[in-house]
Amino acid sequence: MIPESYSDVPWLTLITFLPLVGALLIVLRRATSREDEQHLVDQAARLVALWSTGIVFVFTMGIYFFLYDKDAAGFQLVERVGWLGYGIDYKMGVDGISVLFVVLTAFIMPVCILASWNSIKHRVADYMISFLVLETMIMGVFCALDLVLFYVFFEGSLIPMFLIIGVWGSKGERELFGRTIPNRVYAAFKFFLYTLLGSLFLLIALVYMYLEVGTTDIVALLQYDFAREAQTWLWLAFFASFAVKMPMWPVHTWLPDAHVQAPTAGSIVLAAILLKMGGYGFVRFSLPMFPEASVDFAPLVYTLSVIAIIYTSLVAFAQEDMKKLIAYSSVAHMGFVTMGLFTGTQQGIDGAMFQMLSHGFISGALFLCVGIVYDRMHTREIAAYGGLVTRMKWYAFFFLFFTMGNIGLPGISGFVGEILPLIGTFRVNTWVAALATLGMILSAGYGLRLYREVVFGEVRHEPVKSLADVTRREGGLLAILAALALYLGINPTPTLNVFSTGTDYVLTRLQPVTDLAESTTSADQIHIEPEAHQ
Amino acid sequence: MTLLDNLSLLLPELFLSLAAMALLLTGVFWRGDRVAQITYAAAGCLVLAVLLSLFGQDEGSIYLFGGAFVNDALARISKIFIFLAALIALLMSTRFMLREKLGRPEYPVLILLSCVGMGLMVSANDLISLYLGVELQSLSVYIMAAFNRDSRRSTEAGLKYFVLGALSSGLLLYGASLVYGFAGSTNFQAIALVAADVENPVGLTFGLVFLISGLAFKVSAAPFHMWTPDVYEGSPTPVTAFFAAAPKLAGMVLFGRVLIEAFPTLFDQWQPIIWLLAAASMIVGALSALVQTNIKRLMAYSSIGHVGYALMGLAAGTEGGLAALVIYLIIYLVMTLGTFACILSMRRSEGMAENISDLAGLSQTQRGLAWAFTFLFISLAGIPIFIGFFAKFFVFMAAVEADLYILAAVGVITSVIATYYYLSVIRTIWFEEPAVGFVREPSSAVSFTAIGAAIITVFGIIFAIEPLRAVAAAAAAPLF
Repeated sequence: MIPESYSDVPWLTLITFLPLVGALLIVLRRATSREDEQHLVDQAARLVALWSTGIVFVFTMGIYFFLYDKDAAGFQLVERVGWLGYGIDYKMGVDGISVLFVVLTAFIMPVCILASWNSIKHRVADYMISFLVLETMIMGVFCALDLVLFYVFFEGSLIPMFLIIGVWGSKGERELFGRTIPNRVYAAFKFFLYTLLGSLFLLIALVYMYLEVGTTDIVALLQYDFAREAQTWLWLAFFASFAVKMPMWPVHTWLPDAHVQAPTAGSIVLAAILLKMGGYGFVRFSLPMFPEASVDFAPLVYTLSVIAIIYTSLVAFAQEDMKKLIAYSSVAHMGFVTMGLFTGTQQGIDGAMFQMLSHGFISGALFLCVGIVYDRMHTREIAAYGGLVTRMKWYAFFFLFFTMGNIGLPGISGFVGEILPLIGTFRVNTWVAALATLGMILSAGYGLRLYREVVFGEVRHEPVKSLADVTRREGGLLAILAALALYLGINPTPTLNVFSTGTDYVLTRLQPVTDLAESTTSADQIHIEPEAHQ
Repeated sequence: MTLLDNLSLLLPELFLSLAAMALLLTGVFWRGDRVAQITYAAAGCLVLAVLLSLFGQDEGSIYLFGGAFVNDALARISKIFIFLAALIALLMSTRFMLREKLGRPEYPVLILLSCVGMGLMVSANDLISLYLGVELQSLSVYIMAAFNRDSRRSTEAGLKYFVLGALSSGLLLYGASLVYGFAGSTNFQAIALVAADVENPVGLTFGLVFLISGLAFKVSAAPFHMWTPDVYEGSPTPVTAFFAAAPKLAGMVLFGRVLIEAFPTLFDQWQPIIWLLAAASMIVGALSALVQTNIKRLMAYSSIGHVGYALMGLAAGTEGGLAALVIYLIIYLVMTLGTFACILSMRRSEGMAENISDLAGLSQTQRGLAWAFTFLFISLAGIPIFIGFFAKFFVFMAAVEADLYILAAVGVITSVIATYYYLSVIRTIWFEEPAVGFVREPSSAVSFTAIGAAIITVFGIIFAIEPLRAVAAAAAAPLF
């Protein structure tokens, strides 16, 4: 049995739908304005968006520190209201797996709003509305405890992101089937249709599960044993959806396009949160609901992960566009996540979760770094930069810090997130672990190349000479992100403990299936002690 | 049962027929331009018909006129939505018809007659009453399609609709006569009894195939869909709005009733046919819509695709499948009426705009209309959180329950393709630079419908699905 503790106050509903109230306020402000008040409406939209996301952040922090019991297993703050009837309810709740993603979302969204404070000048109100709706959808994905509800939020998040990429994306055109279309439109469609195709198979699987179990309550589904044959098909359907979202090789190609075209904040939210929905889906659904199929398909996942780690790292080497390089590096880092998750070991799964969290901060910060120079220079070509250190020393500092974090330098969270999945994999499959380690070396290669060509060297281009260093707003954002990455890197244990309250159940589902000899190691030996790498 | 009992159970249809005749006479003999009065009188009659069909909702199944008609939950519930949809379509047409100088008293009368036909269709329990209902509905709509008689396109649409419709009626009649020849009766239950006894019902199957072809034509399922795009495009837009909504519901309900009531034992014979019709409609609807530039043609192909999804519920042949079909059609009714209300708002000073490219940058010129379009199109694509998602959800559920996995997979792939063209319209609205704006009009039935439908598509997720499920379950129950 999975314990569930209900909450009298609908806290999760509150933080999920509060951004919508903000969006409504913006709509009202604009509807009541005159034609010549455009700039006032824009400023109001920015402020409302910041306040809404800020209040959500404060509430989330309050929930996490005061209401959520970090040592308890099972679902907490559960709320349930009748919705579609016949076993489909509106049910929300968090556990060790999801609570930190809720916190991550609540943290990243105000960062996104601040990152687009000055860089978005065009149709500001629509932009802010899209972001607020997006926050509601993402919160819903992580809080939903009903599969239909989860699906609704999961797909609903596509619409605001589609608009964000398509309306506020960058310039440039391409030829497609003899027609010239803007790149941003191409990227928006690719993002939407790729993800939709995957998730419709999830829908069919969802329907099958509902007919079999009679409910879509996730807690009930987690405890249901599906037949072996059915597990295989259900696993594949879920895999189709989450592998695209993750994204795993070879269905990752939408990601570089989407990242390159999206505005800075769009890239941040995409890398920091939207990709995590895939990993969250694997650990929430695929592993505990279909444990036998998960073990059967683990070799497939290992193969795809290793290809992702090595191949996309090599591809990242060849990139001329800063955002594309970081996007490919994201694919490689997500390879560690899928690899770790399917090892079925405590280190692997907890490490993968940790990697997702850490990647949320680090990749978000890296995209912010790109956005900062893009706002000044309006180009993402690596070749257009060089010698930034002479003009922007704080920028150089932060960029170095996050590059190192991305490479996996001990002391920064990225290291923990890579070493733990590697340890977990090593116990299960030495070859996969060895090949994945190669990926860490490659990531150092492309990361350092990017840093050298952008920040070091001679100033080759005239515009670089007049660059100003980071503003207080940008510097503050980067400093907070850096502090968090550092904290997670030096003291990962509390975070890992929160994860393990949720993943323990996943392991108990997997254990009868996996090799029992491997599962005797106790959890305490696994966690990297802070002293080990300081 | 006395004659009076029989008549009292067909009260909405009787009332509408009498009203139609009275209004027709009024239109002829009352001097002067009385179009507005007659239109509003007809609207009032439809309101009354909705109220009349609300009575006796929980009376069970009652057979009338020796089994020629049946008054059961499915018929009663369908009638409410049919009359409502007709009412909305009629109200939306008033301003348009006056402006285009098409205001004639025959128009509301034809809508009323068509409603009588649809009421008979959903309660038909006999091949003859089936034909009566279908013909009354279609003949009214043929005239309405050609209502703009000075326009070449409209006349062409009416003629095309009529000629092809007559062909399909021929198929329908031929099938009915074959079935009668082999079963010895035109009553659905009697046919079912004979079919259950016959070892190898080749003759019945033959008749059934013709019946299905005729009905597939009426609901515009591929490969019997050829008339749809031209008729949708050529007819005056409010007429298109009318026959895109209510007759689809009536036709599909009739389709379901014939197959499930009269041929339950021939399930193995008709399931593959419906399977093919569903798959073909989804594929044709998705692929052909990709290249359309006219928004009414786009809606025509979209409706073909949607009929395919609804047929998926019928292909399941289960109670859940029929309920899913009813849910699908009711939701589709809301979305279609809303979308056509939006299309009716696309007016420039020189006339109606019908091209998708006319919508360019609408999000910057007319936000309300842009949002309504966006919501309705995403809903038509079946993306959550919009209500169109639940329509698809329940038919997929029925298909999976009946082990129709391949059909469900076809549905998945076609809905991704279909999403592409719905998104293309949204892209035109949001991503492109503004074109000349449309004429802003004072609030009217059109804008109320557009806004109302858009609101339902968004907030329906909160309150509408559970009652809809209950209603559909009640409607499907008496047939099983």
